[in-house]
Amino acid sequence: MTADPLVQLIGISKTFAGAAAVHEVDISIEHGKTTVLIGPSGCGKSTLLRLIIGLLEPDSGEIRFDGAPLHTGEIDRIRHRIGYVIQEGGLFPHLTARRNVLLMARHLGRAENETVSRLSELCALARFPENLLDRYPLELSGGQRQRVSLMRALMLSPELLLLDEPLGALDPLVRAALQKDLKEIFARLNQTALLITHDLAEAAYLGNKIILMNEGRIVQQGLLTELREKPASEFVTTFINAQRSLAVL
Amino acid sequence: MRIRKAGRQERAFRFLLFSCVPAFLIFLSGSLSAEPVVIGSKKFTESYVLGEIAKRTLNDANIPAEHRQGMGGTIILWQALQGGQIDAYPEYTGTIVQEILKSTDAMAGAVIAEALGKRGIGMTKPLGFNNTYALVMLRRRADPLGIRTISDLRKHPDLKFGLTHEFLDRQDGWSPLVVAYGLSSPNVAGIDHALGYDALRTGQIDVKDAYSTDAKIAQYDLVVLADDQKFFPRYDAVFLYRLSMNEKAIAALRGLEGKISEGTMTRLNAEAERTKDYSQAASLFFDSSPGPDGNSTRLTSRVSRSRGGENLGHKLVRWTTRHLELAGFSLLLSILAGVPLGIWASRGGGIGHLILGFAGVVQTIPSLALLALLVPLPFFGISVRTAIVALFLYGLLPIVRNTATGLQDIPRGLRESAIALGLNPAARLWQIYLPIASRSILAGIKTSAVINIGTATLAALIGAGGLGEPILSGLNLNDHATILQGAIPAAILALLVQWFFDLLDRVLIPKGLRL
Ligand SMILES: Nc1ncnc2c1ncn2[C@@H]1O[C@H](COP(=O)(O)OP(=O)(O)O)[C@@H](O)[C@H]1O
Ligand SMILES: [Mg+2]
Repeated sequence: MTADPLVQLIGISKTFAGAAAVHEVDISIEHGKTTVLIGPSGCGKSTLLRLIIGLLEPDSGEIRFDGAPLHTGEIDRIRHRIGYVIQEGGLFPHLTARRNVLLMARHLGRAENETVSRLSELCALARFPENLLDRYPLELSGGQRQRVSLMRALMLSPELLLLDEPLGALDPLVRAALQKDLKEIFARLNQTALLITHDLAEAAYLGNKIILMNEGRIVQQGLLTELREKPASEFVTTFINAQRSLAVL
Repeated sequence: MRIRKAGRQERAFRFLLFSCVPAFLIFLSGSLSAEPVVIGSKKFTESYVLGEIAKRTLNDANIPAEHRQGMGGTIILWQALQGGQIDAYPEYTGTIVQEILKSTDAMAGAVIAEALGKRGIGMTKPLGFNNTYALVMLRRRADPLGIRTISDLRKHPDLKFGLTHEFLDRQDGWSPLVVAYGLSSPNVAGIDHALGYDALRTGQIDVKDAYSTDAKIAQYDLVVLADDQKFFPRYDAVFLYRLSMNEKAIAALRGLEGKISEGTMTRLNAEAERTKDYSQAASLFFDSSPGPDGNSTRLTSRVSRSRGGENLGHKLVRWTTRHLELAGFSLLLSILAGVPLGIWASRGGGIGHLILGFAGVVQTIPSLALLALLVPLPFFGISVRTAIVALFLYGLLPIVRNTATGLQDIPRGLRESAIALGLNPAARLWQIYLPIASRSILAGIKTSAVINIGTATLAALIGAGGLGEPILSGLNLNDHATILQGAIPAAILALLVQWFFDLLDRVLIPKGLRL
């Protein structure tokens, strides 16, 4: 059973106003693994995540979660099993950090003593000082906001974590610290995750598998070394070199 | 232990929305309950005074009566009478024939009464004076030009005419007069009756229309130009009343037949304009004549005087309270309808455009025109209800638009986060979207409230009262002090409302959005 992937995308296509954002994509997300989506801006990475969490519906193809096709009717129940973190955090500005994190647990009527101990656990895990819990998002730094956002996504112990460039807006030092913490957290929780980044180094550091996309299609997937040594096309080499020359600078 | 905590703001929202509904229903039912005999009057001094005389006469006969002053022009009063919002009002035979029965020929009194009777309306015999239309000029302007009659105007085509809108539009008014006298393309402007006297005095106009018992004729030393072609029909003052009105009340009004001479009426008009107090002026009639019911005359005049002598403070409280009722209830309706419509409109699409379009179009209808459109409808008529509905419609757009844009401006990331978390649609709306849009929604409500305070002054036009009452009668009497008695409190109210909503912002807008 565990051999089956947690999420399977089979021949997924999505078109916006005549332009294909995602075209015939097949992806498997394995249990306990961190899968990284990488590719130039506009290549369809975010669209894929939106399709998985049901913010968008595919024009064709099928998405299977835990073996069963996604149904619009019970999408909310699937959503409770998925955590979603976006670049700007997506924290609700009118709620304190605490209420952001506890929002869903309260909505679902979870027992208060459980949620409170879960919250302390998450603060420790995400290295977020508990005394800042009563601050509003605008009173937190960018890095702190992403930690809260991560805590909110992990609150219900989701089977799948979707992260859309979670570190994209942070300065390099904060970013490095968070990369390290994320890696630890994923390992500790044996967390299945799908992470989007446009930074190859981040992808290699966090990912068990890298999926390189271009113009709505998957160009190549595998380890960084595979991409580097056996590039499936000219584009793969160009993409890797572009990032490397940046690193040399 | 299961916990479900609604946010403080959310609870405040719900409280605001739902706690006031029962209050509003009580208010509506109150306005529908049984009333005393209601006398209406048109928006000019003589009609006010006659209305007061009728009210006092009914009171003398121990019939409870109230007087709605200055409700508007002929059409509004006639419709109010037919619709039963009022039971009686003073009218003129010429107006009845031309404007109500739409006849171009003169009619005898009995013929008029019969025609009205078919519509359920009765008419008293003439009260004793003929207040016909007349054209007037300043004596010092007319004499040098040798103008004595309307025909003389033909020799002076360059004279400027300032005429009331009603006179310009009447079937027996300006257009046929131009034809009858063969006046050539005169220079004409429409102007309010009271303001017209000022224009006459300052020479901005040379000729204006007036009534032959007008107090201003003596006051400003005006010449009434002789109607040498006998163009103007007779305008004998009478009371129109609903035939269904109680018999005692009808008998009391008929007691006034033949009792008011032209001289008396001019004197009462002058007194009303001098003292700005209609009941005071009306009481002169009772003091000088043996009233229809001699015994109780003294008693009623004392009662009325105390009402007439109601001090300014009390009047201000009464006007302001009514004003706040009008603006408040209509605002409440605007919120109850506007927020849901705004939510609907925020989803875009055809219906969204339709809602915003409708609210926008209502806003472009001049407030007076909107009132005039509502008054003839069955449910509305001359009433507080109509005023509230008109104000409600006016208040809609800012709330609908601000709710829609406030919701649409929520960043995509927040919107998607709320959905991705798995919150159901109702929870998304109440816990996330509405609080985030609260600043914009409240700004819309504040705009509506301030607009409503201003527009509610127009409610006095249809007898709904409020601070527009002193403004209208001040305008009618050309008395600036009276106008200010309404205008200053209205301005202060608008400021207070603004200030109140600024406070409300702090309570209702979540702290996290105010950082
Ligand atoms: N809601 C939308 N409407 C129209 N076009 C969209 C929408 N969302 C994404 N797109 C288009 O689809 C393509 C892929 O977008 P996206 O998945 O956001 O790219 P990435 O996340 O890889 O930068 C882009 O060309 C983008 O302009
Ligand atoms: Mg993206």
